[in-house]
Amino acid sequence: MGTIRVAGLGKAYKQYPTRWSRLAEWMLPFLPPRHKRHWVLRDVSFSVQPGEAVGIVGDNGAGKSTLLKLIAGTTQPTEGEVAVAGRVAALLELGMGFHPEFTGRQNAFMAAQLLGLQPGEIETLMPQIERFAEIGEYVDQPVRVYSSGMMVRLAFSVATARRPDVLIVDEALAVGDAYFQHKSLDRIRQLRNEGTTLLLVSHDRTAIQSICDRALLLDAGKAVKDGTPEEVMDYYNALVAERETRTVRQHAVDGGKVQTVSGTGEATVTEVALLDEHGARVEDVKVGQPVSLAIEVEVREDLPELVVGYVIKDRLGQQVYGTNTHHLERPLERIAKGERIRLRFGFDANLGDGSYSVAIALHTGATHVAKNYEWRDLALIFRVVAPPAARFVGVAWLPPRLEIQR
Amino acid sequence: MILTPTAAAIWRYRGFIAGSVKREFQARYRGSMLGSVWTVLNPLAMIAVYTVIFSRLMQARLPGVDSTFAYSIYLCAGIITWGFFTEIVTRAQNVFLDNANLIKKLSFPRICLPVVVVLSATVNFAIVFALFTAFLVASGNFPGTVFVAIFPVLVVQVAFAIGLGVILGVLNVFFRDVGQFFAIVLQFWFWLTPIVYSVTVLPERLRSLVAWNPMASLVAAYQSILVSRQWPQWGSLLPAVVASLALCLLAVRLFQKRSGEMVDEL
Repeated sequence: MGTIRVAGLGKAYKQYPTRWSRLAEWMLPFLPPRHKRHWVLRDVSFSVQPGEAVGIVGDNGAGKSTLLKLIAGTTQPTEGEVAVAGRVAALLELGMGFHPEFTGRQNAFMAAQLLGLQPGEIETLMPQIERFAEIGEYVDQPVRVYSSGMMVRLAFSVATARRPDVLIVDEALAVGDAYFQHKSLDRIRQLRNEGTTLLLVSHDRTAIQSICDRALLLDAGKAVKDGTPEEVMDYYNALVAERETRTVRQHAVDGGKVQTVSGTGEATVTEVALLDEHGARVEDVKVGQPVSLAIEVEVREDLPELVVGYVIKDRLGQQVYGTNTHHLERPLERIAKGERIRLRFGFDANLGDGSYSVAIALHTGATHVAKNYEWRDLALIFRVVAPPAARFVGVAWLPPRLEIQR
Repeated sequence: MILTPTAAAIWRYRGFIAGSVKREFQARYRGSMLGSVWTVLNPLAMIAVYTVIFSRLMQARLPGVDSTFAYSIYLCAGIITWGFFTEIVTRAQNVFLDNANLIKKLSFPRICLPVVVVLSATVNFAIVFALFTAFLVASGNFPGTVFVAIFPVLVVQVAFAIGLGVILGVLNVFFRDVGQFFAIVLQFWFWLTPIVYSVTVLPERLRSLVAWNPMASLVAAYQSILVSRQWPQWGSLLPAVVASLALCLLAVRLFQKRSGEMVDEL
């Protein structure tokens, strides 16, 4: 129970040149077909073992949702095959086909019946579904008055009311508020421990890395990478970065915007990397892991003084921590043209879960305002991942020593 | 046989089907204060209007039948059963479009949806028809044993309606003009079926044409049972039976061939 096998799977939609072409094709079946096939997914093969959790990542339009629909059985493949063993519960496109005029309770009942539950069983599970969704009196209101978050709460509660052999979740969790996201992730973990196979589409790297054992990267309808979440996400980021640099280059002519580099240019940053304790480059860092920020600076003019600094910002651009060689009282003076300076700022990544960027500044004096050689935003991006055992909220890692007296 | 897995699927999802019929019935009158009382009031009003206006005020008489209520019974027999027919066909032709949301998000045997349509229409018809039967008994016009002949005729009519409805329903997904077009067809079809008028008023030439209309022979059977209190001429129903079987078979074929592609178009 719970195995998924996908072999040579492909899905194409028919595209007709005009509205009448389909009619012509149906009426004259002996003539060559008039439609063109538009492939959204092709040659995808993989299998999932019972209890495994697989994250599916990729850009919008890469075929993620189509793949889930094919596995859930709502759409039929054009070629290849899908075999799923066991009871499947799917949250596709944020819902379970709720009817706007019926109440939440009626819809929950109907959806549960379509998931293969018997009426008696649904009656027994209903209080639990209501309790988990936490939508209060709304459960007896027509679904049309629901917010999208409430809809997802109810849909998720129904889908997981009885443990399915396979649970398919398409982005649904992104809609709920943080409270429900955590609640549903907890339930997903619990279901996994009980043996449910999980397929999850998400743009949230942390969600994929903290829940999934494996990830599959789709790009333009093809499975381009299948491996551990770290490996696949790094590959995906590289793919995205490559695309972005291309856009940067395109926009560089009229003053590139993605990465803002400014300054007079007497000194420039030639390399930035985040290294782990063994000196290897990393993009993902565990909370509290000792890391170092390695910066290489090339000096192009003779300089009397140089200050090298950095700021770590969270994903919203808020400064989390910043310092420089001036504040650290390690002044660099009388530097000759052509000299290369390598610096390592070692610190413990005492940061909360999430994505961070590093900006680097080369200047004189205490701040870069005095004389700015170079200011480089988004010089580096890294992620901090909290291990499931160490859940906490916030941007800083401030583990307490707890004492309780009673 | 192709029908065995279909029947098994319908049986497996009987809970959903029963639930949907119930919900639809409730949804129809939700928000109204009298609720399901309207289910009874509507047909009662219709019977009253036909009886009072045609039998009492206009003194309308059926050719060859001399009874006060004959014409209103004739009218009701045709209109109630025609209403049953159109309810199934028009709801079936939109059933896939109306349930697009469900079809796209949940995997279940799609054939359950037309079954819900038939059952739901049958419930509505049963209420109206029960009232009409009560009226027949109360006014001393109950036809006696001949009445049971209604049921086999109804079975043929339901088969005809759902076969046609599913074909239109599948076509309507791909060609949305079908639904619009058929609404017009139904208007003509109603007046080309002797429901309001008697077939005897038609010229001979047209009368042989009407014999090709399966609904005409079905409605004629109801009228013969309820008005003339005679067993229907079973032989005249043969074209309707053949048409029903052919439509149902075609509907199953078309549905099986196109149901996969249908989801892509919703």
